[in-house]
Amino acid sequence: MTSADLRSATTPWRYDPQPRRPGWGIHGATFKRVSRQAPIQVAPLPAVVTLCLRQGAVTAVPLVTTGERVDTGQPVAVAADGTQIHASVTGIVTGIGPHPVPGPEPGLAPCIVVRRDAPDRWHESCEPLPEPSRLDAADICRRIAAAGIVGLGGALFPTARKLAPGAPIRALLVNGVECEPWITCDEVLLRERAATVIAGARIAMHALGTAQAVIAVEGDMPEARVAVHDALQAAGDCGIGLAVVTAKYPAGGERQLIELLTGEEVPAGGLPRDIGYVVQNVGTLAAIAALFRSGEPLVSRIVTVTGSGVAAPGNVEARIGTPMRDLVDLAGGYRYPPTRLLMGGPMMGFALPDDDLAITKATNCIVAATAAEVAPPRPEMACIRCGECVQACPARLLPHELHAALRRGDTGLLGELALDACIECGCCDFVCPSQIPLTARFVAARRAASPGGEATP
Amino acid sequence: MKFGTVPAPHWRGADDVAAMMRHVLYALVPAAAAYTYFFGPGLLVNVVIASAAALATEALALRLRGRGARLALSDGSAIVTAVLLAFCLPPLTPWWVTVCGSAFAIGVAKHLYGGLGFNLFNPAMAGYALLLVAFPGYLSFWLPPNVGDLDYRALTLAESATYTLTGTLPPGADLDAVTRATPLTVVKAELGQMHTLSEIVTDPVFGDFGGAGWEWIGNFVTLGGLWLLYRGIIRWQVPAAMLAGLMLPALLLYLTDAETHPSPLFHLYSGGALLGAFFIATDPVSSAITDRGRLVYGAGCGLLTFAVRTWGVFPDGVAVAVLLMNLLVPAIDHYTRPRPYGH
Repeated sequence: MTSADLRSATTPWRYDPQPRRPGWGIHGATFKRVSRQAPIQVAPLPAVVTLCLRQGAVTAVPLVTTGERVDTGQPVAVAADGTQIHASVTGIVTGIGPHPVPGPEPGLAPCIVVRRDAPDRWHESCEPLPEPSRLDAADICRRIAAAGIVGLGGALFPTARKLAPGAPIRALLVNGVECEPWITCDEVLLRERAATVIAGARIAMHALGTAQAVIAVEGDMPEARVAVHDALQAAGDCGIGLAVVTAKYPAGGERQLIELLTGEEVPAGGLPRDIGYVVQNVGTLAAIAALFRSGEPLVSRIVTVTGSGVAAPGNVEARIGTPMRDLVDLAGGYRYPPTRLLMGGPMMGFALPDDDLAITKATNCIVAATAAEVAPPRPEMACIRCGECVQACPARLLPHELHAALRRGDTGLLGELALDACIECGCCDFVCPSQIPLTARFVAARRAASPGGEATP
Repeated sequence: MKFGTVPAPHWRGADDVAAMMRHVLYALVPAAAAYTYFFGPGLLVNVVIASAAALATEALALRLRGRGARLALSDGSAIVTAVLLAFCLPPLTPWWVTVCGSAFAIGVAKHLYGGLGFNLFNPAMAGYALLLVAFPGYLSFWLPPNVGDLDYRALTLAESATYTLTGTLPPGADLDAVTRATPLTVVKAELGQMHTLSEIVTDPVFGDFGGAGWEWIGNFVTLGGLWLLYRGIIRWQVPAAMLAGLMLPALLLYLTDAETHPSPLFHLYSGGALLGAFFIATDPVSSAITDRGRLVYGAGCGLLTFAVRTWGVFPDGVAVAVLLMNLLVPAIDHYTRPRPYGH
């Protein structure tokens, strides 16, 4: 009997609506105030979009050729698993080839460039879909993949694969715990469109065959919490609960959230599905709801444009492929010359080499950080074994011992110390008084251990 | 617009090693003031001598090891070692004794093991232990506390420094008249002569619970310790476990026979118990690292301190206890590893 059988869909599960404050993680300034107040602004249609064909570990194959006219929402590329990529504007394909794309390391990836020459003309395939309750799970997943919906929390894992029929699911966990500093796109989404998120959750629950779900929000987003609460009341008895998690980074990490809400842990090397849970980001569920409501594939997303380097921080709904510079200009342009441009938050986000890169489905946030936020690195000193990294590690690792093992070149010890459980959250770096770049070294060691291997959520 | 790229995370906390060490030094200021009030300015002389020796040894060791000296000298760790050593020494310790202890602490206990972060033993306690073995006589020249009903003769800073540097006391004072045994020494000696505690504590070096004057120093040490806890420089496990490890067995024996076993409060307020619990055993480098490990480590420090005080040859046992527990830290760390998430 496997653990999945033990925890079948009928096994009762319980979640804690107000989980205890975790001992791990870090808390400090969140800088969310600067961008959370303004309503979601719809960005003007960009003149040109650059659509990255690489999403996570997979690369999609183009369906169009250079010079071809495309309509908004028209599939322009498809990946092996059926996940499509769509034109996010109406115009002409001007190029297909390698372009610089945002990522952990500066690099090129195949892209389709579309120059807009008209207002939106939606592609004929974008028609409202049948009522989801009349579709079976496989059909829903196929349509979600065709609509290009992937995990908008930043992982870009194909949503259809997460929702695909398989082992019984006990509950859907809706992740609105946006724990990284600066980012507020999920918070404003919940505040303004909670009903859409709930509609998406119900479709996902139907696909998963579970009657249970919980929406988790952070303690420091009271307006979003009220909005979700009201929307749940309006939705009636839909089996969806609400949990409020302490605002502490990285409470919104998938595995950490499962542990906080249910007290259970995802086994090492396993997936949340293995213990009967599926975690979906609120933005992803809103995209599912939009698909079934209007037939629109995923051609836009909400991006937080913030940092003390921009004049008017806020959240914009922008077409995928919009140059970041456009969004910075929309946020009033640079107020001070930023020292670093980040995609994602300051803990796990990437430093970008250039602001003319195009946003992808993973771009939840752009931070134009000045020296006030990203102080110049201080010299690295020896580990003094203060133990703060041990306290902060959400995976209960011993970062100081991993660091010592790497220094000695003792790669055999890395497995014993469970380097594989590292979620690369950066907490150990944050608290390290000796300024040791622990996370970067762990990432490098993992890369060296499994070349080409990429983790999947 | 172009930007520089570096790996994540892009945000770091404010604390660094130098700041931590500075906070430890700040936290010792109240205790140093109390110490100076009760035992004269000898502590300050010892602090200056020990710090100078520590910095000189650190600079020399870094030079010999071919390391840059500026960053390491400015981290403050050598000064913390020196100040803690000075706190353990009697006010009238000859300068060369202090220099020996400080140089050994930094040169041998710290740098021969690889410098900051790699030392197995608490350097200050290693230095103190060397002096305890090599020059036990000089470590017994304690002064009577300035509490009024003792024939306390206040030495000025100049007199104190003169004695420390030259061995000359001011005219009219001789060493036997100036010095006095500590309460822990008195208890050990008198109990050995079959006196009961109710007789022993009539000696005016005793206060309400522990040694007169020592009690107040203990309170100010605790104040500094609480501030370190509040600032997050230390965590509660080591101090709490050490004091519990010291006081619980003391309480047991005290309840069985209060005439031959001092009370737990006497243990708390005598010698280096509180300094050890808040400032010495909490040295991050030489203590255990996980919460559970720190509880074990602290409890061991407390139990061993109690054992040395009760059955050992030395009046106080903090240094020996901490050094013995330092030896066990690798084993404690190994057996208290937390279970990683999902494993």
